[in-house]
Amino acid sequence: MSRSDLPALTIADLQSLLRRKEISPREVINSLRARIQNVEPKIDAYLSIDFEAAAKETEKVDVDLPLGGVPIAIKDIINVKGQPCTCASKILANYRSPYDATIILKLRASGAIPFGKTNMDEFAMGSSTENSSVKVTRNPWDLSRVPGGSSGGSAAAVAADAAFAGLGTDTGGSIRQPASLCGVVGVKPSYGRVSRFGLVAFASSLDQVGPLTKTVRDSALIMNAMAGHDPYDSTSLNELVPDYTKNLGRDLKRMRLGLPKEYMIKGIDPQVKSAVDVAIKQLQSLGAEVVDVSLPHTDDGIAVYYFLATAEASANLARFDGVRYGYRARDPKDLLDHYGRTREEGFGAEVKRRIILGTYVLSSGYYDAYYVRAQKVRELIRQDFVKAFEKVDAIVSPTSPVPAFKLGERTADPLAMYLADIFTNTGNLAGICGISVPCGLAKVNGSQLPIGLQILGKALDEARIFQIAHAYEQSTDWHKARPKLS
Amino acid sequence: MAKTTDLDVGYVSKLARVNLTDEETQLFQKQLGNVLKYAEKLREVDVSHVEAAAHAIPIFNVFRKDEPRDWFTADEALSNAPHKANQLFIVTKVVE
Repeated sequence: MSRSDLPALTIADLQSLLRRKEISPREVINSLRARIQNVEPKIDAYLSIDFEAAAKETEKVDVDLPLGGVPIAIKDIINVKGQPCTCASKILANYRSPYDATIILKLRASGAIPFGKTNMDEFAMGSSTENSSVKVTRNPWDLSRVPGGSSGGSAAAVAADAAFAGLGTDTGGSIRQPASLCGVVGVKPSYGRVSRFGLVAFASSLDQVGPLTKTVRDSALIMNAMAGHDPYDSTSLNELVPDYTKNLGRDLKRMRLGLPKEYMIKGIDPQVKSAVDVAIKQLQSLGAEVVDVSLPHTDDGIAVYYFLATAEASANLARFDGVRYGYRARDPKDLLDHYGRTREEGFGAEVKRRIILGTYVLSSGYYDAYYVRAQKVRELIRQDFVKAFEKVDAIVSPTSPVPAFKLGERTADPLAMYLADIFTNTGNLAGICGISVPCGLAKVNGSQLPIGLQILGKALDEARIFQIAHAYEQSTDWHKARPKLS
Repeated sequence: MAKTTDLDVGYVSKLARVNLTDEETQLFQKQLGNVLKYAEKLREVDVSHVEAAAHAIPIFNVFRKDEPRDWFTADEALSNAPHKANQLFIVTKVVE
């Protein structure tokens, strides 16, 4: 194999070369650097890269560690010591992290090398990465289309072989939807499974960090390194972390999969529907039993999500006040002017829009009507899943109702953008885990656009969705399809 | 549920401490009006027997031992300050 082919490898294959000393960690970084220099002008996936720091880390790395010598791209909302952490926002444009997030410490302890920060919708608010205040990331499969979002930079980088793996965050679908649109694997772990200490908070009852990778096995490897209790995050669960690779390769006999009738909505792209139908037949041929389930409150998910996520965001983003860090407006005449202009000049339109909506639903006179009612409907959504999981081991659906849409197509209509998360956000509301795995290519105006299959599992049942996704993936060739970027 | 026309973006922006231009105020008024209209469907859900859920996993009252631990030095804590002097944050005047 030539050095220029290295970036196309999976983590698992890269590691066997590293451990057999056929390549060195330094060569891995150098080949990745060359690949990034080649494709980055086309896709614009990264906000900052520190190859020097990465090269230094290769000198002391132990390739026998679980992720020894594997460079990982990090969404720019996770703190990596000494690196920028901008959340793609002007308000943090000059911020440098004075500390590592717990997951970064854990990845380093497993031998991984965080080397660059990826583009995203500002503060993870969006489904196309177009809300970045810095630049537009393009889908490697069709440069006129979005990579999805909000973790669009990590998804595009992995799809273009400009990263071996990336980290994203998923509040309503922000890992799974871009994974689907870029043709890679993306995992939203169960609420509480992965520490969020060092993650900039958007909606604290929904946010989770997870991997974007080329294969299911690679995601399982990263989850092995990241999952687990953290005393610095009181919402992280003190539950045993299984070996997520343990069930990979086991068959699907006696596995019961639920097909929610509410997910086959009108408005779903016919090519997405037929690809998912074929994928379900494939799962059956692998031994799984597919039964109908009902999630009757699915249709309320988006409304509930946008009340709760914006309410939590309006409180979380109050910390951006221009006092201790971040941008501060020039020469404020008093404190109100300081706050009002700092936040006017520092935040982009979507962030402001969501702060306004969130402040409104929490304000006196509307709190019960909007916020508390949304919390109650959230509980009904959670109970829907509890009932469904009494009958089945996992639930299958499309990840996104449509393949990648055109840049600019949905920016004028926030509601249309919000509907991109219709199949994913209920998983966050219910606190369960989910994975998106490539299941087809739609043909649209001469382009091939990836389609994703979503598999949702019970809370803390990641090992099972990895087993199902891996069995499916290995029985098809979709994970081998790569965009034709030169 | 309250009427969607109740939303006054200009007033809420003051509560949220974020100034908006007149154009933004008008645009958000229309866009968020549409979002609130879409969300009216929640009014039809029967929630009379449901407890509000703050988050999805029932863990409460997480305690840890009250022990000192290493954390940022003053220099590290101030490393991103927009305005600082003598190891202190300089803030906008808050009293007359």
